[in-house]
Amino acid sequence: MEVNQVQRIGVFVCHCGTNIAATVDIKRVLEAAAKEPGVVHAEDYQYMCSEAGQQKVREAIKEKQLTGVVVCSCSPRMHENTFRGAAQKAGLNPYMVEIANIREHVSWIHKNIEEGTEKAIILTRAAIAKVMLNAPLQAGQSKVVKRALVIGGGIAGIQTALDIADAGYEVDIVEKTPSIGGRMSQLDKTFPTLDCSACILTPKMVDAAAHEKITIYTYSEVEKVSGFVGDFQVDIRKKARSVDMSKCTGCGVCQEKCPSKKIPNEFNRELDNRAAIYTPFAQAIPNVPVIDRENCIKFKTGKCGVCSKVCLAGAVDYEQQDEIVSQNYGAIVVATGFDTIKLDKYEEYSYQSCPDVITSLELERIMNAAGPTKGHLERLSDGKAPKSMVFIQCVGSRCADERGKSYCSKICCMYTAKHAMLIRDKYPDVDVTVFYIDVRTPGKNFDEFYRRAVEEYGVHYIKGQVGKVAEHNGRLLVQGADLIDNRRILMETDMVVLATAIEPNPDVRKIATMLTASIDTNNFLTESHAKLRPVESPTAGIFLSGVCQGPKDIPETVAQAGAAAIKVVGLLAKDYLVTNPCVAKSDELYCNGCSACEKVCPYGAISYEDREVNDHGIREVRRVASVNSALCQGCGACTVACPSGAMDLQGFSNRQILAEVDAICR
Amino acid sequence: MQRELMNRAKELLIDETVVRVLGWKKGDLGYNHEPAYFDSPEELEENFVYDAFCGANLSKYMIEAGKQEGKTLVFLKPCDTYSFNQLLKEHRIKRENTYIIGVGCRGNLDIDKIKAAGIKGIESVDADGDMLKVKTVYGEKEMPFEEALLERCLACKGKTHMVYDELIGAGEKEEAGPKGNRFDRVSELESLSPEERFAFWRSELSKCIRCNACRNACPACSCLKCVFDSNQFDSNQKANADTFEEQMFHIIRAFHVAGRCTDCGECSRVCPQGIPLHLLNRKFIKDINTLYGEYQAGEDTDSLAPLTNYTFEDAEPGIVAERGRK
Repeated sequence: MEVNQVQRIGVFVCHCGTNIAATVDIKRVLEAAAKEPGVVHAEDYQYMCSEAGQQKVREAIKEKQLTGVVVCSCSPRMHENTFRGAAQKAGLNPYMVEIANIREHVSWIHKNIEEGTEKAIILTRAAIAKVMLNAPLQAGQSKVVKRALVIGGGIAGIQTALDIADAGYEVDIVEKTPSIGGRMSQLDKTFPTLDCSACILTPKMVDAAAHEKITIYTYSEVEKVSGFVGDFQVDIRKKARSVDMSKCTGCGVCQEKCPSKKIPNEFNRELDNRAAIYTPFAQAIPNVPVIDRENCIKFKTGKCGVCSKVCLAGAVDYEQQDEIVSQNYGAIVVATGFDTIKLDKYEEYSYQSCPDVITSLELERIMNAAGPTKGHLERLSDGKAPKSMVFIQCVGSRCADERGKSYCSKICCMYTAKHAMLIRDKYPDVDVTVFYIDVRTPGKNFDEFYRRAVEEYGVHYIKGQVGKVAEHNGRLLVQGADLIDNRRILMETDMVVLATAIEPNPDVRKIATMLTASIDTNNFLTESHAKLRPVESPTAGIFLSGVCQGPKDIPETVAQAGAAAIKVVGLLAKDYLVTNPCVAKSDELYCNGCSACEKVCPYGAISYEDREVNDHGIREVRRVASVNSALCQGCGACTVACPSGAMDLQGFSNRQILAEVDAICR
Repeated sequence: MQRELMNRAKELLIDETVVRVLGWKKGDLGYNHEPAYFDSPEELEENFVYDAFCGANLSKYMIEAGKQEGKTLVFLKPCDTYSFNQLLKEHRIKRENTYIIGVGCRGNLDIDKIKAAGIKGIESVDADGDMLKVKTVYGEKEMPFEEALLERCLACKGKTHMVYDELIGAGEKEEAGPKGNRFDRVSELESLSPEERFAFWRSELSKCIRCNACRNACPACSCLKCVFDSNQFDSNQKANADTFEEQMFHIIRAFHVAGRCTDCGECSRVCPQGIPLHLLNRKFIKDINTLYGEYQAGEDTDSLAPLTNYTFEDAEPGIVAERGRK
């Protein structure tokens, strides 16, 4: 290729079918682009990302000896790599390609062609202005640590860990509570097959615990995360269990003898009590209790010590300290799950005041043989068997006001049909009514399941919401509406079950911040692409499994867990990753040595050194910043913290950004 | 106190604790003293001065002085020590090359306020008592000391030195001076509509003659090369060609010193056009205090600064948009 100092820019405008062409006058964009200084070629095509479109880019690079390429198309997150690849094939440095996003930023959000076209032209100009200042960059390599971390030990985390481990990689599960198992371990039966939750979950828990590639840290939390894809450094805090795991035999005597037995049992949704030394449930893994130090008499007063005395194995250790485990991981999977929302803002359902108004998750525990009523359906107020039950759907879901959540919790219609069916099956004399907004049961064998509840089990479904639940002569008075019959309903019942909305585990905010993974306004972790990258976080090396990404049932969770695992395996299978060359670089002649960049760098990529510099003839030793390009992730935090502009991001330099701004404001 | 400081400086020079002294020397008028180096007891005797017109904050000069061979003695007023600490924190000064005498301070005087009080033809000012005795070509005039204080001294951070080797004319713990709420004027500006506020700043900043006095005096403006002087960016060319861009100089400067500005007030003190530049900095300080908790730059040398440190309790970025809407 002929050496040419002058920039020769090619502009390629994509129609994206009618996605762009319907709202942007492609011809005018082409004309405007062609007039820009430096542009020697401008053409359009229906689908620039197709092989034929890429061919056009490659040919133009060769024929017109282009030094830079601007593709006006969709988001760079979609196809930047596609066009970089095309440029590289034609012999152009891939970092000489810029994308003007005229789809997401223009055609998808504008309706008026005039406005859309004007904006598309402006964005094209900005991209041209930027590419004029682009410099060829070379990508480097970074090592991949062949070990994965799964945060959360519910069914999502367990399945992800099992799949990764089966592929031959080491996996660590970090679980906050004393046992793995998660929400699924609290469920009684599962839809649509009505098999017992424990029967299908506990074997998986055992598999995970027994797997030679899986290490489980229960009663532990992720404390600190640094590093980047391929090599995250994670500190895990193993909270003091006060029981030596290597000695405990899991006999359970300590729990029986513990004199402090009045502590609300989280596992049974606080419907009964547990001891201060406890395992959450009989099938817990590990089957080693923890001492709840806040409620333990020994820790509160220094006296007691019963558990230690009765422990034949000598496993109780009051002196145990929290321990920090530091480990490196190539990939991290978030599987932090969900909880039900708090109902304190929903006074109308009298949840706080009436013990017979319960949530669906509480009903799961009541129905469960290991639950507070040993699986016997009874009213919590008087222990009597109910003769009538009312289920209220969408409590806090699909909610228009700020008390609840705008989204559909997705699982409630199905589990309510399940509850109704199980109750009608076991207690045929109990009358069951369900108030609903819509019944949403898409999914394999799901609608059939719901139809069975109605048709075979005689559950009454009433379309309408409940306005008020109140205690009345020892029973509950439910005031609602039947929207199909258009009449008000006032009925007495014995128990009310609220299908309470689910929300991401509140801890996820802290975890997302540590991982620099983005979350949405509802605290669900954001996926990289809603359709095409549903289990990847936009942060490289972070993957999503289960409800932390959005409401889903068990089959979906397990499927997603497997999907996340294969993405992790795909990453861990590589020995090296190609690093992004768009990293920060410090100009030693401008650097003041103030350390601002070092302090803001989330990756620990900046250090300072005393270096002799030659500043236009003045030789002196200065304290200057130095960027480790293997650690730098190109986030740019340092470039804005640097007061003197010494720190610059390659590929997104201050000059390039200002040139774009100037082009936009021109 | 001037005599006491001079004698101590001479001692330190003679016993070779220090090789030079950074202090103030008499200006050509009785009230425009300026920073100066003194290499000998004789020079000190001839020109050294310390009175209520020694407003200049000497901490910034230590960047260059610290690069010289041998120790430098520097006189720092209480508020100057904040700037010194901040520069230490930014690794700009070598503490081991510095000998600090913390000097007592009653507050510095604003000659413009004296002139504004109708006192003309000023020859010298005696500021020892509660009343200023101003010698003028028209005879002696008087005005209350308090009324002639610099704006920054009306919002004094306190008379305690944050860093020193020895103190003269000051105790280890001193109470604050006359303390107004330094954010009153900022709050006033915040209560204006965006249009009114824009008009206010355009009017103030249009007075700027780009003499760069603010930048040169500001201890936080310590870049080896200012972005406005660098050909790496287009900002300097733009500032030369466009008045609006020129005015952006002050906005950008305020951003660059945000979180590092100790509110020493030098920018407004040295501005020949009387632009209230310190208000830009105080707006940042006020916002930092509100969003991240009370913070005083330069109080120490090792605390984490709010703008270069991230915690889970930090305000979410969206708060800026929320506040902007009000």
